[in-house]
Amino acid sequence: MSETPTLEVRNLQTHFFTREGVLKAVDDVSFTVRAGEIMGLVGESGSGKTVTGFSVLGLVDPPGRIVGGSILFKGEDLAHAGEERLRALRGSRIAMIFQDPMMTLNPVLRVDTQMTEAILAHEQVSERAARARAAAALAMVGIASPEERLLAYPHQFSGGMRQRVAIAIAMLHRPDLIIADEPTTALDVTIQGQILYEVQKLCRETGTALVWVTHDLTVVAGLADTVSVMYAGKIVEQGRVDDVLDRPLHPYTNGLLGSVPSRNRRGQKLRQIPGMTPSLLRLPQGCAFRSRCPRADQACTEMPALAELAPGHLARCVHPHLETAGA
Amino acid sequence: MLVFIIRRLLQSLLALAVMSLLVFVGVYLIGDPVAILASPDATEVDREQIARALGLDRPLWEQYAVFVGEALRGNFGKSFVFGQPAMGLIFERMGATVELALVATVVSILVGLPLGIYAGLRPDGIAGRSIMAGSILGFSLPTFWVGLMLIMIFAVQLGLLPASGRGQVGSFLGLHSSLFTLNGIVHLILPATTLALVRAATTIRLARAGVREVLHMDYVKFARAKGLPERRVIGVHVLKNIMIPIVTVTGLEIGSVIAFAVVTETIYAWPGMGKLLIDSIVNLDRPVVVAYLIVVLFILVMLNLIVDILYSVLDPRVRLGEQKG
Ligand SMILES: Nc1ncnc2c1ncn2[C@@H]1O[C@H](COP(=O)(O)OP(=O)(O)O)[C@@H](O)[C@H]1O
Ligand code: SF4
Ligand SMILES: [Mg+2]
Repeated sequence: MSETPTLEVRNLQTHFFTREGVLKAVDDVSFTVRAGEIMGLVGESGSGKTVTGFSVLGLVDPPGRIVGGSILFKGEDLAHAGEERLRALRGSRIAMIFQDPMMTLNPVLRVDTQMTEAILAHEQVSERAARARAAAALAMVGIASPEERLLAYPHQFSGGMRQRVAIAIAMLHRPDLIIADEPTTALDVTIQGQILYEVQKLCRETGTALVWVTHDLTVVAGLADTVSVMYAGKIVEQGRVDDVLDRPLHPYTNGLLGSVPSRNRRGQKLRQIPGMTPSLLRLPQGCAFRSRCPRADQACTEMPALAELAPGHLARCVHPHLETAGA
Repeated sequence: MLVFIIRRLLQSLLALAVMSLLVFVGVYLIGDPVAILASPDATEVDREQIARALGLDRPLWEQYAVFVGEALRGNFGKSFVFGQPAMGLIFERMGATVELALVATVVSILVGLPLGIYAGLRPDGIAGRSIMAGSILGFSLPTFWVGLMLIMIFAVQLGLLPASGRGQVGSFLGLHSSLFTLNGIVHLILPATTLALVRAATTIRLARAGVREVLHMDYVKFARAKGLPERRVIGVHVLKNIMIPIVTVTGLEIGSVIAFAVVTETIYAWPGMGKLLIDSIVNLDRPVVVAYLIVVLFILVMLNLIVDILYSVLDPRVRLGEQKG
């Protein structure tokens, strides 16, 4: 446990300076992922998961900017690294898989071009060697006759196949860290399962640290070691996966678990969290979940701190579900 | 593919029939070519003789029928004025026009594309804004005014460039062009610049809009996430995508460049078919006007075909057979 974590994000703040005001998409986010570990980053759409991922890669588009905190990648702070250093790490040591496989590959470039360029950007090898490696990577993610498929254009692949190509690209350099941003959300359920299984296997085999972004807590259950739950740009709950799923402390996590059919709750009626994610530009004072929380009261008008309420189990709430925590 | 080409050709034949009919009716309504051709002191008998020789004594529908019959056999009639085959007259001058149009198009891309891309990458910078302002000017200034200003500055005031004519034509590998002699190139600069202005303005806008749109695409972000150097992200991933509309529009607009060349050729006394068209309209030289239309329409149809084929090369998602229209 004493070795340097692959990724340690500390108090990260990424804000968008929009015309309507400062949008705090990521506001004081901290988490740690070690080599070979899988962290689930969970939250509703708009909670800041993607922006967190882009921040790690240094790919936040203007008007967005990292305004605070640090991103320690094997001890090196990427929040203050130069563009050339970030470029060298991107794709080679840190890879990202995007949400929508239909949009990730360039429609006018053949798959071989898009794969070999990713190799040649980081290593001086021959075209031929790069090709061979691209083909091997396709085979690894379960694409049949890879040599042939290399010559195809993205539109000749199904969504699931495109996501496999994207995963193959992410794995090309055996990175130390992969950020998978809801990679199965756009796919149908059977393919979701396959891809989930394969990415997990590849990461375990290569000792790659994985951040699996999802809005679906059930996905995290069979996959992750730890979970961070995000709401409105902040981590609201964090801990080992069993602790968080079995004994959720935060009313939001509790609500999320209620709104999905989980392994323990199969057969129960789905319950939605009432209300909508508030606009990040007009957050209520205090706890951002206040407008939707069944436990909210006057005490919640002051922003609670993220506190360790049970060993290794953190939550940001004035009235956590300690009665179920059993710790 | 074949069906596609045949459909295109049939459409153009129809367009040609309609347009030639319009020219016939138009010339008939505007005036009497005989009045222009005959000398002022010609007698009535002389006039009738001229009219008979040109077939202008017959009713209009009969004239048109004769034209169609002859045209189907590849004979497009003789110029009223020159007495030579109208097609031959057009072809003699076509080289000069095509040369001017192509040089102008190439110049407009070479200038417009980098400027447009730059403006797309830095839309809020001073340079980016200036480029956009310039392109708006390029759009709105009338061609003849720009031509006259360029002549005033570079030919009259500075005396650097010739103001009229085509200059010396050289030949290379069987091609004749003023690009092969220095004198020819010098003569090309002003007319080509004038003609290129509007096209460059369009290219700037297309490139800028394209870059701004494509930059936000996931595949550009993914390209960056792969660690590609910025020059490859822009030069390959962005450029290849913005080239689709630019090539399409540029290809289609070469036809209109040829049409716009009418004004430019007139200002610079460029001996192309645009100038011939103006002269022929003034002289009511109907066969030449019709022949010009046929040639221009043919060029347009060919350009359309080439653009469609190029389009399918550039954009792998497009298959020609599936296109509508
Ligand atoms: N380029 C941008 N400009 C302005 N706001 C943005 C931009 N990108 C993301 N945001 C805002 O940041 C917030 C978090 O977005 P995101 O990280 O994509 O959420 P998630 O991935 O959890 O669904 C959202 O409110 C979104 O509107
Ligand atoms: S702090 Fe209050 S409003 Fe926020 S989640 Fe806890 S109980 Fe609900
Ligand atoms: Mg997202």
